[in-house]
Amino acid sequence: MRRRADFGTVSLNLTLGVLASACLVLLILPTMVVIMVSFTSGFSLRFPPPGYSLRWYVGLLDAWQLQFAALNSFKVAVGATLLSVVLGVAAALGIARSRRLTASVLDSLFMSPLILPGLAFGLAALIFFSQLGWPVSLFTLVIGHTIVCVPFVVRTTIATLSQLDPALLESSASLGASRWYTFRRVTLPLIGSGILAGAFLAFMSSFDNIPVSMFLRSAGTDMLPIRMWQELESLLDVRIAAVSGVLVLTTMVLLVIVERLAGLSKQLR
Amino acid sequence: MKTRVIHDVGYDLKLALPLAGFFLVFFITPLILLIFVSLHADPEMERFGFVQFRKFLSDPYSLKVLGQTLLIGAETTALCLLLGFPLAWLFARSPGWLRSVLILIILLPLLTSVVVRTFAWIVILGRLGIVNSALISLGLIDTPLRLLYSVGGLVFALAQVHMPLMVLPLITALSRIDPNLADASAALGAGAWRTFLRITLPLTLAGIIAGCLLTYCLSLTAFITQTLIGGGQMLLMPGYIYQQATATQDWPFAAAISVIFLVAVLTAVTVFNLLGRLAQGVERG
Repeated sequence: MRRRADFGTVSLNLTLGVLASACLVLLILPTMVVIMVSFTSGFSLRFPPPGYSLRWYVGLLDAWQLQFAALNSFKVAVGATLLSVVLGVAAALGIARSRRLTASVLDSLFMSPLILPGLAFGLAALIFFSQLGWPVSLFTLVIGHTIVCVPFVVRTTIATLSQLDPALLESSASLGASRWYTFRRVTLPLIGSGILAGAFLAFMSSFDNIPVSMFLRSAGTDMLPIRMWQELESLLDVRIAAVSGVLVLTTMVLLVIVERLAGLSKQLR
Repeated sequence: MKTRVIHDVGYDLKLALPLAGFFLVFFITPLILLIFVSLHADPEMERFGFVQFRKFLSDPYSLKVLGQTLLIGAETTALCLLLGFPLAWLFARSPGWLRSVLILIILLPLLTSVVVRTFAWIVILGRLGIVNSALISLGLIDTPLRLLYSVGGLVFALAQVHMPLMVLPLITALSRIDPNLADASAALGAGAWRTFLRITLPLTLAGIIAGCLLTYCLSLTAFITQTLIGGGQMLLMPGYIYQQATATQDWPFAAAISVIFLVAVLTAVTVFNLLGRLAQGVERG
């Protein structure tokens, strides 16, 4: 009897353990491969690389097209993040504690860009702006990106708001603090980590966005992920590996910082 | 007295108005306009009619594109669940330091650029890639396999890209389970497998459905991974929209494909949400 139970436990743990390890390999392998290939000394994406060098990173210094696209992506991501934070935090404050039906409808509406096909929205936005007679520009890109980035800010801000003890706000008010003062000195510091996590996710998803940018950019507003995608489709340029290396390392550093400051992984669950 | 205090500190629903207005103008209006455009019979948009929808629904090629998109989404979701559940389970039983390492490994792909992740798969699956080199050096094959533009390669790449969205809700669901339940089950004589299948799995059903919803919907719409790993011959819905909108400049047809695709995704969301309600019933009952 006892032996049978042990066999069951061992076989269950073994099965789940093997599958979990396979999953970890699947998650880590691509990132590792990108970083190793980006330091290749050769001209191809062969793995493992024939030797290691920094030549492709050095090559980025005069890759003006990539730099131009990266600058545009950065500008749009900053604009979309700022707009998302202002609109998203206000909306989260409004709907977080409300039990009204309107609040839950708005909540679903604000979350819907996460699930709906971005490409369909990109096409819709292009048709919309061309009907309005607005030429595509960094400005229209910021608007389009804000729609797909704001859900992150709303979601993480609502998550921290729901953990906020209302008694704190009540005592602040009963001690004579104005609403604005209470917001600045009590609410904001307590939900700051949620806002930071949301802003970080919004920034990353804007910087990485393709479906919306695909329709809303022009030659004058080239975006980094699209530039990279097009170069990958035409020729397998090793410089793209170096760009990827820069992006992966930057992301890792930012991720560790935001995890320390805001406990990002707790916000996402 | 008390109601007055709460009234004083509560935030007004009106604070949501700016974002609601922004969504009305720049999200809802464009989508309505998209439907309007899709109801035109000709690319010049002069005549009205359901021609575009009839064209799509009576064309075997278009239906195949839709079917294949939905199928690849389902395969990706199944693979994510098969590998993601054990990882979430491992996370739930790990000590604190290991959890911080695991969570960084889980989050990193979520935040790494999609183009970069897809690019990695090109290197892995390519003719001279890791998989082919390994198989050749093991003597299992003589000539490189074509992995890059295959359904299998695409499913693995999509699974990696969307794995975090499956694992995170599962971690939440698993951490909510009362550990006493498993002990009670064991004390009553159930084996480990039985406890796992009859206690752990049903109690995480809501998390499983939440994870499946996200991975399914996002693998359907993952344009970049689909075009780069799937290649030109394997056209899926997002690529179809892009092709019709840019190459052929047929906006009404592209809009109609978008509307059909939106409806398909919304249907999937509704089905998952209904399943989620049922699952909550299972957890309570």
